[in-house]
Amino acid sequence: MTKPLKQIHLAAHFPGVNNTTVWSDPRAGSHIEFASFAHFARTAERAKFDFLFLAEGLRLREQGGQIYDLDVVGRPDTFTVLAALAAVTDRLGLTGTINSTFNEPYEVARQFASLDHLSGGRSAWNVVTSWDAFTGENFRRGGFLPQEERYSRAREFLATANELFDSWRGDEIVADPVTGTFLSDAKAGAFVHRGRHFDIHGRFDVPRSPQGRPVIFQAGDSEEGREFAAADADAIFSRHATLKEGQAFHRDVKRRLAKYGRRPDELLILPAATFVLGDTDAEAEEQAREVRRQQVSGATALKHLEFVWNRDLSSYDPDGPLPDIDPDVGEEHIARGRAQVRMYRDPLATAREWRALAEANNWSIRDLVIHTGNRQTFVGSPATVARTIDDFVQADAADGFILVPHITPTGLDEFADKVVPLLQERGVFRADYEGTTLRDHLGLAHPDAARGNERAAS
Amino acid sequence: MSTTSASPLHLAVALDGTGWHPASWREPVARPRDLFTAGYWADLVTEAERGLLDFVTIEDGLGPQSSHLLLPDERTDQVRGRLDAVLIASRVAPLTRHIGLVPTVVATHTEPFHISKAIATLDYVSTGRAGLRVKISARPDEAAHFGRRTIPRIDGYESPAARELVTELFDEAADHVEVVRRLWDSWEDDAEIRDVATGRFVDRDKLHYIDFQGPHFSVKGPSITPRPPQGQPLVTALAHWTVPYRLVARQADVGYVTPHDAGQARATVAEIRAEQEAAGRATQPLHVFADLVVFLDDDPAAAAARRDRLDTAAGQPYTSDARIFTGSPAQLADLLEELSGTGLTGFRLRPAVLGHDLPAITRGLVPELQRRGAFRRTYEADTLRGLLGLSRPANRYAAA
Repeated sequence: MTKPLKQIHLAAHFPGVNNTTVWSDPRAGSHIEFASFAHFARTAERAKFDFLFLAEGLRLREQGGQIYDLDVVGRPDTFTVLAALAAVTDRLGLTGTINSTFNEPYEVARQFASLDHLSGGRSAWNVVTSWDAFTGENFRRGGFLPQEERYSRAREFLATANELFDSWRGDEIVADPVTGTFLSDAKAGAFVHRGRHFDIHGRFDVPRSPQGRPVIFQAGDSEEGREFAAADADAIFSRHATLKEGQAFHRDVKRRLAKYGRRPDELLILPAATFVLGDTDAEAEEQAREVRRQQVSGATALKHLEFVWNRDLSSYDPDGPLPDIDPDVGEEHIARGRAQVRMYRDPLATAREWRALAEANNWSIRDLVIHTGNRQTFVGSPATVARTIDDFVQADAADGFILVPHITPTGLDEFADKVVPLLQERGVFRADYEGTTLRDHLGLAHPDAARGNERAAS
Repeated sequence: MSTTSASPLHLAVALDGTGWHPASWREPVARPRDLFTAGYWADLVTEAERGLLDFVTIEDGLGPQSSHLLLPDERTDQVRGRLDAVLIASRVAPLTRHIGLVPTVVATHTEPFHISKAIATLDYVSTGRAGLRVKISARPDEAAHFGRRTIPRIDGYESPAARELVTELFDEAADHVEVVRRLWDSWEDDAEIRDVATGRFVDRDKLHYIDFQGPHFSVKGPSITPRPPQGQPLVTALAHWTVPYRLVARQADVGYVTPHDAGQARATVAEIRAEQEAAGRATQPLHVFADLVVFLDDDPAAAAARRDRLDTAAGQPYTSDARIFTGSPAQLADLLEELSGTGLTGFRLRPAVLGHDLPAITRGLVPELQRRGAFRRTYEADTLRGLLGLSRPANRYAAA
């Protein structure tokens, strides 16, 4: 018997502050004007995407003690821009990345509940954590959190926010002018949370929102991150976008669900994916090479090498050979406010490997960074890309993709016009929205507040 | 000092739930079941824009509304629950074109870094129409929602202990506003250069650490959000006595005060102007608006009857920190003209019932003031600062 076709989920990641964004292209528009966000969101909605995704960083990145100036710098406040996007779209989900370290549950819960009301049930929260004192310098608490505590705080933060969301059942507002009863329950919103990270009580002041709770995303790839996702998330924003890695990740995370009493379809795996389209596969390949060169200028290549070498390499020629000196493996890292540097766990080994690669291929520093950096996930004609995405999803390498175009704000337009219709023809992507909420689009159940309350009370 | 702008008198409306009277939700026009929908707020702000008002403020707090000044209650006969004011403002911004949007922000429990970028973003999504109304929270129950600090119970603002607490909270609010403002300036207007030749997206010499250090928080900067369209969005605050007057005089673009007659208005304006001078800001434009609660009907007797009906429903007469006006739009226009002779530059009206008194303002009061040449006939500027006759400020960090 053949397996039924899986339906693909698609989302659009606003390019913005991201080293794949090509701001030097003549077509590149503003990364901060609302018109750019509105165009991007409308394109995603026209293409019937599940949601739009916004990343966040709470301190401008630095390298070598200076603000990193080679990538796009600057972004809007996540909640505020999503609330405005709710006014220019009707169905598109609105996913915001919000930090659980430099926020408090009461405020974040009221912002998400408000966004969910104001968007008619389209909000989602990508729960991220940080611990670094560098980011903490912008906040009241400073750098207060040891690294090993960050997931513990994140999980308690989310649990606390869920208690707040569930503190209203949804039927308390009667607003009967004749009897003068506005609320049927004098204690609507009452909550007590006593935990290691949060000790709070009182009354939550936002009535239950259309989705009950925002859809929860988790983005970390560590062991704790995977466990957090298996226990508490509705979807994972992952990095594993190749077929094999994706399948391994998919298996690993989905097998963890049973332990929490959850079914495999209760957690969606949505890797980030980049793409380059061309009229033919050959043309797309050529385009992809050109985009990689745009993404990695000589200056960017040197800075990227510094992630591994952890030294000032500004005196090196990007078109020349790799440095002979070894990386500095000291504690302090030259690049700050960037999660990427943690990928290189053994810089000495990486340096050895890269030198060997460069020598064997006769690559300059820039060539090496271009070749070892992430190639675009999907490269080809619209037909090739549509088929590949479908194959990946049917082979359980993913449940869909969060697409990251490299041009703001028009980088999604061609995908919407050329690839989406092919996916629709294949019968694996919706021709129109069937529901109104993001939970509807993602096939996720609406949480039951009453059950949540029983759990909280037991 | 005085400001220069086309409209001789400025008008704002304060939006709060279904209106400022606690029984307002029971009126047939009130739409209480729509309070938590975007459409409800879009309709109100659109109506205010129809009346060419300078801006709307949106009330907020970090806990449910209460009939007690500083303590929670468990009443079920009044509106309880609300949406985040910044997000309401942002949600309606793309649906409006001219009117200013001024949500309430509680300084006591929020991060100045988050607030600064949120209001900067509101300024981007509204293309230059954002502001904030800063307030403190002296409520122990709201402090318990955050668990970071304990705020002792006080029974009013009169005792020395209460004054001391409130003074400390206002000092913190002043620091909060200082950080918010510095962060708005932490990017120079031309910091984004997109220099393809050198590969640099920004000129980092035009991005500035703000290095604020204070007793309650220290903030490094720069902001993650570029300088907003207005440069400095509007900062406003409601003030009832010397300490908050000082916050208004030092930090605000608009202060809301609550005089009950012309004499009080004159005295309050004088005190704020003196504080402004003491702070070395005498030459800076600063608006002082009087707050008024309004019950408006063409027939003054109908307004009085409506107020009685609402008071009966509420079980007690409505009281307010602000003067309560009951009468016709023409009578209100008389009062506004009289009060504006005291040095006040505008008014923030608190409609008793939004569904009734807001259209009475936009369709009754505004035409009346226009006939008298006292109010604009068309929006004369694209930004909120522009409507208020405030220029776009130079960046404090930019080299002269």
